[in-house]
Parts: sequence; C-alpha cells; structure tokens
Amino acid sequence: MDNTPFKQYQQMLKKEKRFVRLYQLIILLIFFGGWELLSRFEWIDRLIFSSPTHVWQTFIGKVSDGSLTLHVGVTLMETIIGFIAGTLLGTLIAIILWWSPLLSKVLDPYLVILNAMPKVALGPILIVALGPGYFSIIAMGALISIIITTIVVYTAFKGVDPNYSKVLQTFRATRWQIFKEVILPASFPTIISTLKVNVGLSWVGVIVGEFLVASKGLGYLIIYGFQVFNFNLVLMSLLIIAFFATIMYQVVELIEKMIIKNNA
Amino acid sequence: MEFLNLENIHHSYFSSTQAKDVLCDINLGIREGEFVSFIGPSGCGKTTLLSIIAGLFPPTEGKVYIDGEEISTQNQSLIGYMLQQDYLFPWKNIEDNITIGLKIMARSQKTHKVTANALLREVGLVNVGSNYPRELSGGMRQRVALARTLAVNPKILLLDEPFSALDYQSKLKLEDLVVETLKAYQKTAVLVTHDIGEAIAMSERVFLFSANPGTLHRVFEIPEALQQLSPFDVRQHPAYSDVFQDIWKELESLG
Repeated sequence: MDNTPFKQYQQMLKKEKRFVRLYQLIILLIFFGGWELLSRFEWIDRLIFSSPTHVWQTFIGKVSDGSLTLHVGVTLMETIIGFIAGTLLGTLIAIILWWSPLLSKVLDPYLVILNAMPKVALGPILIVALGPGYFSIIAMGALISIIITTIVVYTAFKGVDPNYSKVLQTFRATRWQIFKEVILPASFPTIISTLKVNVGLSWVGVIVGEFLVASKGLGYLIIYGFQVFNFNLVLMSLLIIAFFATIMYQVVELIEKMIIKNNA
Repeated sequence: MEFLNLENIHHSYFSSTQAKDVLCDINLGIREGEFVSFIGPSGCGKTTLLSIIAGLFPPTEGKVYIDGEEISTQNQSLIGYMLQQDYLFPWKNIEDNITIGLKIMARSQKTHKVTANALLREVGLVNVGSNYPRELSGGMRQRVALARTLAVNPKILLLDEPFSALDYQSKLKLEDLVVETLKAYQKTAVLVTHDIGEAIAMSERVFLFSANPGTLHRVFEIPEALQQLSPFDVRQHPAYSDVFQDIWKELESLG
C-alpha cells in the first residue's frame, strides 16, 4: 500500500513545500549576492548603498564593542511596551464604547478625525509634554496604534451575531456576562488581526520617536549614521529592525494559533 | 388562571420615520404541560410575541403572567429559548456549551459535568462532551442546543422555528425527540413555525395569527387521537390531512 493516491498526494504536498522554500532561498541569495556584486563592481554608489560584507563588518564591530545589544534592547523594549499598551488601551476604549452606545455616538466624529490624523505629527508635542526620554517614545509607539485598534475592535464587537447574546439573555445574563462569554471571545480573531497590524505600526512610532529625541536605539543609529554619512550603520539597523519585526509577527501568529483554534 | 397568560398585549416598533403596530390585542392562556404552536403569515409578530413572553423586552401595552407571576425585564421567569439555529458557542466544547446557562446563573459548579452527561444521554448523544460544535452535524448541534435549554430546568420552553434549518430527516427525528423529552419533563412549550404539518404533529393546540397588525385569528384544537401519537406517527394518521386542510384553508383566507 505504498503507492496509494493518498501517499502520492502527501508526497506532492511535501514536494511543493520544498519547491517553495527553495525559491524563497534563491530570492534571498540573489538579493544579497546581487547587492554585493553591484557594490563590488561599483555599479551602485558604495558610499550610499554599502554592501553586505561592509554591513556585516559593522555588525561584528558593534556586537564586539557591546553597543549593539544596548541599542537593540532599548528599541525592542520600547516597541514591545508601546505595542502592548496601544493594543490594550485601544481595546479598553472599544469596550467602553460598546458599553455605552450613547458615548460611542457622541465620540464617533472624533474617532474619525483622530484616525485620519498622522499620529507621528504629534511627536514634537509628546516630547515637550513627556520629556525627551523612553516615555515619550513608548507613548509614540502606543499612540500610533490606539485609535485604529479602537475602531477595528469596536466594529468587531458590534458585528457579533446578536442571537448569541440572545441565548445568554434568556438565561438572565448581565451585560458584563454577555461581554465576557460572547462578545469578547467572538471578537478574538479580529483582535488578533489588529495585533498583526499593530506590530508594524509600533515599529513606525518608536523609530520615528527615536529619530526625534533618542540617544540610544536603532532609530538613533539610523539618524546618527545618516548624519555622519555612515550608511553601513543605517543599513545594518534596517536589517536588524526587519529581523525583529518578523519575529514579533511570528509570535503573534503563534498566539493566534493557540487562542483561536476552535473559533470557527 | 392558566399557567401562561397573555393579557391585552399590544406592541409597536418605532423607527425615526414611522410607528408600526406589530401585535394588537392578544389574549390567550396556555395550560401547564401543554404544547402549543403559533403559526401565521410572515409579519404576524409570532417571534416578537415569543420575545415578549421571554421578557427580552416589554410589550408596549399589556401583561404577561407565567405561573401567576407578572413578567418584566426585571423579573424574567425562567424560560428556555431555542432559536432557528443552534447558536452553540464555537469556542466552547459541548459540555461547556450545555452548562453555560448554569454558569451564568451561578449554580454550583460541581454538578455541571453530571448534568451535562445526563442531558446528552437524554438527547441521544454520548461521548461528545469534549468535542467542539464544528465537529458535529446540524441535527446533533440542535440536540445539544435542546440540552442547553433544558439544563437550567426552565418553567416554559419557547421554540422559535428550531427545526427550520435542518434537513428533513433530522427534522423529523428531532421533532419526536423534543415532544418525547418535553412530555417526560412535563414542560409547557410554545412553538413558532411556518410549517403547518409540524404544528399539527407536535402540538395540542394551534394558534393561528393574522398579519398587519398581528392578531390572534383562530385557535385549532388538535384531535385527542393525534395528541397521543409521536409527531412522526401523527403524519401517518388518517385524521392528519383533515386537520391540515382546515388550517390550510384558514391560512389561505388570510391572504
């Protein structure tokens, strides 16, 4: 029974997966290899675009003098706190809006305005108000995702089939019980998908915040590298950001799998 | 005084542009342990009336009494409500779905598992307690919904077209199960349905409503001989088609 159609199908799936992985790897190699070659032959400006080997040397240098861990640590901490704060506060506001339909009607136009406004433009005000430190950068990372989280999660709360609530109402459930047993769990898939968006947004907020004031962090390294015209440093920071943003995204996906396996 | 009494129920829905009367001057009484059906054309306010009995919202005018007590949104009686679909919570397993009512009412936790298992056996399902709703067929899920409704030991069951989303075979089986179970527990039940056959097969009396606004048009007594039979057997009985014709003609005359 080695050659049943099912076995063949499984083998086909495996083969396809290997094929996809192979091409993903090839793209990666072409990107870095091409970059290196273009830079070696000076088809692109080595000063601006650097090259993988130079970026790597900078990376090794920064790791060995210990400064990189500090910068990465600071930015990661700011981003993670900003991300969690933004998501929690946004969800909290959504809960309050769900709780009070009147309040949500009153606040509706303000949410639209706040959502449309580019939050990074508030950066200078934040820095003056909260001081040029971690706090204002974290605030920036959070602020950028609060409003969109509020809007998306609140819409999800309202979109839950009212018949689920009706079932609980017939058991004389309180509004809080309905929220806890129906509205919140039914909205988990949406909340998780806003988490995915917020990962990216928080990085934007934190990096822009660091552009403005920081003396530590990856955003600071980028600005510093730009000012002293060391683009090795700029590109290295970019690659590190890409790496950690991807990891955060993967973690969110893992949480998603754990939480909503049965939320069909 | 009957077990369930509706007195002069009027109900209107208001929107920003108009007020619409959906129920007008409804008076009726239902005996304890009786199974009755509400039928009528769409827009006759059957489902609205069911929600009012459940105490989900108050009628614009009139009073509802269950077991001598007046019902209001503050003082809901213990009712069981089955909807057109099962509305099991997909993120809870079957056992937790059945005991959700007990959990909401904060009855003792220890007995939940026992209750769930006993009820599952009652509705003809075994060894599915730890499964999730998506793993069950439509008919099985509606059985679980029945178990969930019975778990809190309600005084009265309100069935809002609970079989309409099922395939015909599951529907017939579930009709038998519901009638049998409710008889065993001696529960009073009100069934809302579009299906004349279903109403005859399951009930002792059929209340026919007319629409715009919804009023009680006529009450049909189902013959004693049919009341004794299971819904499936009622459909085979010679008297069944006469009753069907009666109700059909009356329903047609409403236009």
